[in-house]
Amino acid sequence: MSLDLRAVTLLLNGKPLVRDLSLSVKPGEVATLMGPSGSGKSTLLDLISGSLPPAFKATGSVTLDGADLLALPPERRRVGILFQDDLLFPHLTVGENLAFALPRAVRDRRAAVAAALAEAELAGFADRDPATLSGGQRARVSLMRALLAQPRALLLDEPFGKLDVALRARFRAFVFDHARRAGLPTLLVTHDPEDATAAAGPVVELSGS
Amino acid sequence: MNRSGALAAVPPLTVALFAGPVAAGLLGTLLPAFGWHPGIGAADWSLDPWRELLAEPGLWRSVWLSLATGLGAALLAFAAAAGLSAWAQGTRWAGRLRLALAPLLAVPHAAFAVGVLFLAAPSGWIARLLSPWATGWERPPDFATVQDPHGLSLLLALAAKECFFLLLMMQAALAQVPAARQLRVAASLGYDRVTAWLLLVLPQLYRQMRLPVYAVIAFGCSVVDMAAVLGPAAPPTLAVLVLQMSQDPDLARRLPAAAGALLQGGVVLAAICLWRLGEIAVGRIARHLAARGGRRSLALPGRAAAWTGHAAILTTLAALVVLALWSLADRWRFPDALPERLGLQAWGAAAPALLPPFLTTLGLAAAVSLLALALVLGCLEREDRTGHAPSRRALDLLYLPLLVPQLSFLFGAQVLLERMGLAGGLLAVTWMHLLFVLPYAFLTLGDSWRALDRRFARTALCLGRSPASVFWRVKLPLLRRPILASLAVGFSVSVALYLPTLFAGAGRVTSLATEVVSLASGGDRRQLGLFGLLQALLPLAALLLAGWLGRPRFGGTR
Repeated sequence: MSLDLRAVTLLLNGKPLVRDLSLSVKPGEVATLMGPSGSGKSTLLDLISGSLPPAFKATGSVTLDGADLLALPPERRRVGILFQDDLLFPHLTVGENLAFALPRAVRDRRAAVAAALAEAELAGFADRDPATLSGGQRARVSLMRALLAQPRALLLDEPFGKLDVALRARFRAFVFDHARRAGLPTLLVTHDPEDATAAAGPVVELSGS
Repeated sequence: MNRSGALAAVPPLTVALFAGPVAAGLLGTLLPAFGWHPGIGAADWSLDPWRELLAEPGLWRSVWLSLATGLGAALLAFAAAAGLSAWAQGTRWAGRLRLALAPLLAVPHAAFAVGVLFLAAPSGWIARLLSPWATGWERPPDFATVQDPHGLSLLLALAAKECFFLLLMMQAALAQVPAARQLRVAASLGYDRVTAWLLLVLPQLYRQMRLPVYAVIAFGCSVVDMAAVLGPAAPPTLAVLVLQMSQDPDLARRLPAAAGALLQGGVVLAAICLWRLGEIAVGRIARHLAARGGRRSLALPGRAAAWTGHAAILTTLAALVVLALWSLADRWRFPDALPERLGLQAWGAAAPALLPPFLTTLGLAAAVSLLALALVLGCLEREDRTGHAPSRRALDLLYLPLLVPQLSFLFGAQVLLERMGLAGGLLAVTWMHLLFVLPYAFLTLGDSWRALDRRFARTALCLGRSPASVFWRVKLPLLRRPILASLAVGFSVSVALYLPTLFAGAGRVTSLATEVVSLASGGDRRQLGLFGLLQALLPLAALLLAGWLGRPRFGGTR
């Protein structure tokens, strides 16, 4: 199960932004996309997750485990994503946020949520309002939520950018550790060279145009 | 008085113009309902007005009709607005929908009701288009499709009309929620877009939707113009019944009418309480659905709701077309799909009758929208200079004329106007219109004003400009578009007002709204079509003009 980009070119209003990019991310591997603002790295994630803004056009192919990803609507791709903001739904409790991600077929939902919370060192937080959690706690819930949906690949759109330095290294290790254990091909977008070093996977530098 | 002194007087003046008639109006309804109305020689406290009201045949049926049509229409309108929002979110339709909203919303209720009448009546356009090839009808069928005894046609038409208001409010509230990114998260978790929108975005919007929804319920339960055109006749809805009683030549009937106006307030309150209970239940169900993890649990209901919204848009467009067709029809026999000949005969014949109400409507709407703008600008500028934003409570007060059923306080406001010797004059009508236009002017302008980057004004002040000069030379030009929009909205609201015109005008001021409703109860379809069309075209013209005047000065640079 690997995530493969082949000869991907991104056009913004007809002008090429990313040219002929090929990249293969193996299961459990974390590949890093780096580059200045506007170089198209986040837009590549948009393409993979299925929310490319209309001003962009893309050619080339993106496959997950050999199957064409671009032909599927976003909700059928099973590609998890983490943003800089945790985007926990503010009208649901922490537990409901996690239950929202569990597949319908999971029977004992309460237990699954409790296990995920314990995994994130947040046992007993199920009935809390997300707003009462610290930034680091919210970030961990956000990752657990993405993983509970049983994704086949993980996209990380600068998810460590807003955390302070101490928290940053811990959360980074937490995310990479989980992604590796789940065997997910993972694609990280970041400005920070330390993230790339910690990811220890292939690094792609986008230059912009 | 110096200029800043004059400015200081604007907020209290606005509140007085606003709260005065509402308070006096409620009092003027309350007292007669318990037998005290010296104006017609009644000065005994008693419950007789209530006894007389309760003895009215079919009263409870009327109450039920008001409650059911108002609440049902609000529910359907809300579903349609939510369905359309969920369907359009993040697609190229979202922008188009927002663009189409203002004109759809601006179609006046009375004109819309007549359009629906022309569409759905047994001899209406729909029957004509289907006959005789599909239905076999050579003459109009003999059953009630509009003015049906259960108020179903009224409910549907009300829902179609009100869903645009809720949609506008929903789209405005949407700006405060990071919906696009939340929906991306939901999609990455496998959720269908419509389901995710309804489970995630709608609950976050809902707090801001509550007042608009309550306004729609209050309006729907007490609407008169649409109910008079499309509603059942015997018995009619409560609001129509109360209006008939209040206009009875026998002045003593005003006492039970006042009791009825109070009862109307009770019906609205009951409807809002019922909705509140429903809110709690639906909230529980939605959380349960979210936690159960069904990826497409609301896909089907959501799409059905969106189709309801599409039907509302289509109905509105068709209503405008059929109004135009009838106004131009020289001869249009059943079951012809289109008029045999088109001509301007109706226009020529109706011109003498048409011109006075047309000019009254135009003048009123122009005066009221300008007056409202001046008051709103005065309040906002005063707020800037003193640095005091009005409290949340003061702003909620603005909603009062939208939340209290029109009938309940207009009845009493008329007493106040009579006392002041204003009743039946244009001044009285202007004042009453102002009550309903001000809230919308505030709503459309307030946010843009407060969102304006304060550094522009500070820069100008530092360049040595006086505050007045900054107001005229910097703030107003920067806010040209929202100012024009607020004028156009105020104009449209005024053109549509029926009951305030009727009550404050005491039958002596006729506008297009009052003419359309009175012509709808019989009379010439061509003339009715023409009056309805003109009533519908005035707001559209105002919107177009505002759009044209507000076009960007440096086109295409951004």
